[in-house]
Amino acid sequence: MNPVITRKTFSMSDQAKPVADSSPSAPSPAPQAGPAAAASLPAPKAEVAFDIQDLSIFYGKHQAIKNVHLQIPAMSVTAIIGPSGCGKSTALRALNRMHELTPGARHTGKILMKGEDLYAPHVDATVVRRRVGMVFQKSNPFPTLSISENVLVGLRLNGVRDKAFLNKRLEESLRMAALWDEVKDHLNRPGTSLSGGQQQRLCIARALAVRPEILLMDEPCSALDPIATAKVEELIHALKSQYTVVIVTHNMQQAARVSENTAFFYMGSLIEFGPTEQIFMNPKNPQTEAYVSGRFG
Amino acid sequence: MLTGYARYRKFKSAFMSGLAVVCALLVVLPLILVFFHLVRMGVTSLNWNFFTKLPLSAGEEGGGMANAIVGTLELMGLALVMGVPIGLLGGIYLSEYGSEGMGSWIRFGADVLNGVPSIVWGLVGFTLAVTRMGGYSAFAGGLALAFIMIPLVLRTTEEVLVLVPNAYREAGLALGIPRWKISLNIVLRTAFKGIVTGVLLSLGRIAGETAPLLFTALGSPLWNTSLKEPIAALPIQVYFYAISPFEDQNRQAWAGALVLILIVFFLSATVRVLTSWRKKS
Amino acid sequence: MSKVTTNALPATAADLTEPKRWGNQVFEGLTFLSAMMIGVLFLVLAYVLVSGSRLAVSQFGWSFLTNQHWNPVTENFGALTFIFGTIVTSAIALIIAVPLSIGTAIFLTDLAPMWMRQPLTSVIEMLAAVPSVIWGLWGLFVLTPWLQSYPYTWLNKHLGAIPLFGAPISACCIMSAGIIVAIMILPIVTSVSREILRSVPDLQREAAYGLGATRWEVTRIAVLSYARRGLMGAAVLGLGRALGETMAVTMVIGNSPKIQASLLQPGWTLASSIASQFGEASSDLSRSALFELGLVLVGVTILVNIGALLLIRSIETPGSRRA
Repeated sequence: MNPVITRKTFSMSDQAKPVADSSPSAPSPAPQAGPAAAASLPAPKAEVAFDIQDLSIFYGKHQAIKNVHLQIPAMSVTAIIGPSGCGKSTALRALNRMHELTPGARHTGKILMKGEDLYAPHVDATVVRRRVGMVFQKSNPFPTLSISENVLVGLRLNGVRDKAFLNKRLEESLRMAALWDEVKDHLNRPGTSLSGGQQQRLCIARALAVRPEILLMDEPCSALDPIATAKVEELIHALKSQYTVVIVTHNMQQAARVSENTAFFYMGSLIEFGPTEQIFMNPKNPQTEAYVSGRFG
Repeated sequence: MLTGYARYRKFKSAFMSGLAVVCALLVVLPLILVFFHLVRMGVTSLNWNFFTKLPLSAGEEGGGMANAIVGTLELMGLALVMGVPIGLLGGIYLSEYGSEGMGSWIRFGADVLNGVPSIVWGLVGFTLAVTRMGGYSAFAGGLALAFIMIPLVLRTTEEVLVLVPNAYREAGLALGIPRWKISLNIVLRTAFKGIVTGVLLSLGRIAGETAPLLFTALGSPLWNTSLKEPIAALPIQVYFYAISPFEDQNRQAWAGALVLILIVFFLSATVRVLTSWRKKS
Repeated sequence: MSKVTTNALPATAADLTEPKRWGNQVFEGLTFLSAMMIGVLFLVLAYVLVSGSRLAVSQFGWSFLTNQHWNPVTENFGALTFIFGTIVTSAIALIIAVPLSIGTAIFLTDLAPMWMRQPLTSVIEMLAAVPSVIWGLWGLFVLTPWLQSYPYTWLNKHLGAIPLFGAPISACCIMSAGIIVAIMILPIVTSVSREILRSVPDLQREAAYGLGATRWEVTRIAVLSYARRGLMGAAVLGLGRALGETMAVTMVIGNSPKIQASLLQPGWTLASSIASQFGEASSDLSRSALFELGLVLVGVTILVNIGALLLIRSIETPGSRRA
């Protein structure tokens, strides 16, 4: 039992969404929705955002991901945890085909996004990345662009010209990123003039401006101080009613705070996947238990 | 107390350090002397006539180098238009698409071309433009200078673009922006000042080039009115006046040289200002 | 938190089967073609020089390189005097410039106080920016008369027995050209040497200091021997520059067609002669002979530069290229 993560840590998550348990160990019945939900709505059938089928990723001769089967539910936050080098970032980047940027990268297996094969030969990676957004570990606003230009760059460079539309999108995205009030009076300042936490939220606004269906976050808070981290976590919590979020984090408390489901990776393999509360309180796999109780990693 | 040998070693070290200082002084000396003489011998001839009049025939006093000054600017413009776009795009290719394989050959080739004596480009301009067009021309001169600029701008562009952190390219890709738009709108924009610096430095280098112009642009005592005609240029004018037996022309050579070095240093100073701006922001 | 109004980019596809755009291909192709212009330039160079010199090559063959006559009247052309002049001028330039440059580089990397380093570097960059014709002008009117009055006269008086410094002396001579070229290659040899010395890891220096070595000994043992190949590369790069110097040389070398023993006599080089004679070349053969001089010059320069680049790159650490 993890001494640091208690029932209270889970207070931020909403009703646990029923999810198909896809860990390699024996399947068990899916946990039911919380009592409050059961009273108001029928338990929704979970839609699957990503259906990862037997995915393996190689960089040259090195195999970074080994035969992963995973179904990531839509409209919820899924956390990917694991020790350094376990492949969680690689797995995340495979979801928007960013791992292809590394020379020598190849994969076997399939990833279906809402039923469509992401890696089919006729599919343009650029289109995939418009529908699956990404926020990186270190914030990277474009230095020569202003705050508003940064937010809108994804739209503008894809040909959107309508000024009214752009302005509306600008405000919406900055509000979603909880940054609007802080920057609305100086949208023309360079993107890099903001503090670290604000820059990261700017990057989130930038990613959201193109309205991706899914948002990937690669350790988005690891370079931020606790206050900025808290703001970003609030943001994630607010996003999940409209977006599917997949977040890689090495911070287990964070995973417990923000996510409904958690996947534990180790040495390139998916060890266990299930509702966050179950992974941390009652892991099925001894390796998972060892990791979440802090015995390694 | 140090032994005799140790003292000798110490002395030798101090001596060598002193030698190094002497070397540095000797290296700086010619620059100081050149400047001193340029100003001393040239400044007296810099008058209104010099900047506005055409050269007079040998032996006649007065006259100026107005056409040569304008000609140099015109040739620089020609070389810029013909050489910079190719060098720029080539540098983008090396940085964004290929640093291995073909790219490394191209980089090596550009470095070798940058070491080729400039007079040879004059021979190239002569063969390609002068014989084909039936005469010496400003176009031929601009062409020869453009050939010098291409490998130069290519390498300086590449070196600047490579310094743009990959994080920006990744951020652009993750937004679903096509790769070519990332190269143009994000990477190029970020490196813009560095690229301008490289172009200005190359312009400064070709402003002073004489040899490639000797049998392409040829020089001229008149105003240039067409790209197909010969054109005067400061370096050519300085050369001919310097080796001429007439003292008045020798004097004017100094003045022309002074104007030339001021143009070159103006470009370098602009570069320095641009780079210090970059550091501040 | 505001509600999302639309869920996709307007007018762009929400399905993955959108056809691939051609933008990337066009851009990559365009930039690739521009980069390939480097190869085109090589081809153009080869074509111009080979076709231009064909007449002379068919006329003279290999003897062109050993023939010491150059007579436009009898149309007897040979490159030997030019090759000789080029070699001697470059040798003088290297002998003067390389020690000075390395000494200055040592000064800049190890000895100079911090406040001095940037200004001194800027001075050297300015030195590099001075055009060749201006060095020639200054050399012709200032340096060479002074050289003739003092050092040359002294050399001739005291060492005149050695044929190298024999009489009669001229202001415009091979020695003057060598000195001017030395001044012109100082910046590049200095800056490359400096880069190379800077790339020597501090660990090497610290190890030597730890053994109780004096400053000079540290430099000699830890720095110079480690950087030896790179410094040779810098010198060879300077040689490459020296071989091709044209305008300054043509203005101070006296342009004489004879090979003479004395350095204080006029001579000429491959580059300087192309510059001074091309305009007056009257016959096809004489022009072709000048093209052949150009061919020899470019061939040698390219070989020397390739050697220099390889030497310098051999000590560049892998991975120091890409950010």
